[in-house]
Amino acid sequence: MNDFGEAFAAAFWLIATLDPDLYEIVLLSLRVSLTAVLLATLLGLPLGAAVALFRFPGRQVAAVLLNALMGLPPVVLGLIVFLLLSRAGPLGVLGLLFTPTAMIIAQTLLVLPIVAALCRQVVEDLWFEYEEQLRSLGCGPGRAIPALLWDGRFSLVTAVLAGFGRASAEVGAVMIVGGNIDHLTRVMTTAIALETSKGDLALALGLGLILLVLSLTVNGTAYLLRGAARASGL
Amino acid sequence: MRRFGRWLGLGPALALAALLLCGPEAAGAERYFTLATTAATDNSGIFGHLLPRFTGRTGVTVRLLAVGSGKALRLARNGDADLLLLNDADAERRLVADGHGLERVEVMYNDFVIVGPEADPAAIRLAETAREAFARIAALQARFAAAGDGGGAHARELAIWAAAEVDPQAASGGWYRDSGLASGTALHAANDLGAYSLTDRASWIAFANRSALRLLFDRDPALFNQYGLVLVSPQRHPHVRSLEAQTFLVWLTSEEGQATIAEFRLEGQQVFFPNARPPEE
Amino acid sequence: MSRTILPGGLQSVSFEAGGERLIEDLTLTFQPGPLSVILGPNGAGKSLTLRLAHGLLRPSSGKVFWTGGPDAIRHQAMVFQRPVLMRRTVAGNIDFGMKLQGWSRQERQRRRERVMTLTGLTHLAQRPARVLSAGEQQRLSLARAWAIRPQVLFLDEPTANLDPTASRAVETIVTAIHESGTKVVMTTHDLGQARRLGEEVFFLHRGKLVERGLAKRFFEQPKTALASAFLRGELIW
Repeated sequence: MNDFGEAFAAAFWLIATLDPDLYEIVLLSLRVSLTAVLLATLLGLPLGAAVALFRFPGRQVAAVLLNALMGLPPVVLGLIVFLLLSRAGPLGVLGLLFTPTAMIIAQTLLVLPIVAALCRQVVEDLWFEYEEQLRSLGCGPGRAIPALLWDGRFSLVTAVLAGFGRASAEVGAVMIVGGNIDHLTRVMTTAIALETSKGDLALALGLGLILLVLSLTVNGTAYLLRGAARASGL
Repeated sequence: MRRFGRWLGLGPALALAALLLCGPEAAGAERYFTLATTAATDNSGIFGHLLPRFTGRTGVTVRLLAVGSGKALRLARNGDADLLLLNDADAERRLVADGHGLERVEVMYNDFVIVGPEADPAAIRLAETAREAFARIAALQARFAAAGDGGGAHARELAIWAAAEVDPQAASGGWYRDSGLASGTALHAANDLGAYSLTDRASWIAFANRSALRLLFDRDPALFNQYGLVLVSPQRHPHVRSLEAQTFLVWLTSEEGQATIAEFRLEGQQVFFPNARPPEE
Repeated sequence: MSRTILPGGLQSVSFEAGGERLIEDLTLTFQPGPLSVILGPNGAGKSLTLRLAHGLLRPSSGKVFWTGGPDAIRHQAMVFQRPVLMRRTVAGNIDFGMKLQGWSRQERQRRRERVMTLTGLTHLAQRPARVLSAGEQQRLSLARAWAIRPQVLFLDEPTANLDPTASRAVETIVTAIHESGTKVVMTTHDLGQARRLGEEVFFLHRGKLVERGLAKRFFEQPKTALASAFLRGELIW
């Protein structure tokens, strides 16, 4: 129990005194995960909408695949990206392994199925409801996409938040492709894994507390959004 | 549909632009190289002592990958690391023989220790050799927490079991617990299980969470732990940052580098001992 | 409104779904002028006829024609029995149709103010559309359709889900739209409403056109036995 109290006290001290190492790690985590979520959103929304609205061969397979990939363990994805970016792999010439860019790529691929699959569901439901009216207004599926994404905005923001939650909490993918290099690719989750293995629990716990606050913020935002959406009849 | 095509392309185009914008660290004029070493070595904290002094002297920064020994060797074979600092001489020599490593240079050593519960049920404090200590543990079927990560401590531990003519795999899950963890983490397991464990001295001293564990046995030649540097071959992997890696190798084996190793203290104790020798052929 | 799309209508149109022939060899023409009402019992194919004429459904055989070519849907609008409103404000819903027509911001704003005044929605402009009452929602559907100044407006049972007060408000708006020069084609099962609004009647039964004529004449002297049974309130099937 003594350990517990001491670790918490030390963790709060690190947070309160703006420990530079701690905040460098926090900022890198945010940079990597937010960039990945941004990229996954830019790619995932059109992809999800296309699978929802257009009839093409393999569409059903694509829908099932997106749903299945939502649950892919981060380590597996990390391993695949590692093999691709390794000097011995097909994209080795880019020299991206063990850089923040590699971590962003891995997390983008991790978040992409979440955003795309949830977007597909939202857009498909809306289109089912709107189709006749929109066609009547002279609006086919292609032109409808921006409108459907806008009308599904609350659900889609929730999907993006879910993606951010997954990205910021995962350790497997960033550990493998980033390598947990101090001052370069060390993020919150990999630092926690490392410090725990060293037995230095204060920094690990401090970062854990920040992750917890982050997760609470994300979920709180999602909750408030749902409330706002319900209030406006969405 | 044509309108949509334009729109559909917009997302990925923006995504690509954003990725390009956020990737400057991949290029740049920074002089650096990638050093792969074991997690146990890194956990000792020695790199926090060595690297700033090296960078201050040469302007070269070091990207340190602390991974399992097996993974480090794999990185070298793939050309994903520029220099290795490991404690697995046989594997390092094999790497050089296979042409992936240019040369192996011994730089320093530390030693392994056997830790366990203070009560020491197997009485290994009384053992003459590491082999005897292990035999006593096996005879009593006292719990043993192994680092199953394929790292240096793991390799050494298996060698001592073999010398003691014990097959720990037969007892796996019983008194022998293979955590599959790096040796630093295995110490946590040992602590919780009240088990014995083999670890390197630096990891032991750095392990801040030792409530019930004690150092019970050390100072046996069988526990001697030599570290070597292996330069990844630029002939085999033309993209490696050979110049920067070589700079580190030269510095670490120089008088100044060797003195810097000797200066390092962990809780007031010296844990690494410089012993640089000329490269092996 | 450079050129008119009227007259238009269906020519020998049949429509099948699920192996069943729901519309059979239907020919009818909508002329400029009179407010047309499509009457008939449940299952007569009234809604299908509107959707076929509007281009939402493709006929199995026969053809739908509008003067002036294939993009006639741009000059038409439709209001459905159950309003389909988007997840935006009242103003945003009205704006949406006009944006699709490619109108400028000022044009849209002027037109929006106008139709909101005409439909009594001005005070609700910034309200989310989907929290409105059923009557307000249907008025909004009409406003959205009217905003784009369609040459033809199809109404599918526009008051089926409304109470009498709300129905009366909708009828007033429909009359105003008709008087503004838009050709209105509506279905209804409410004979009172058909008498109040209709100037021309198409009477359908089982996917076929049974009788057509001016409303006054149709209601006073139906030519067919089916129509007179229907007008007497007898169930015909």
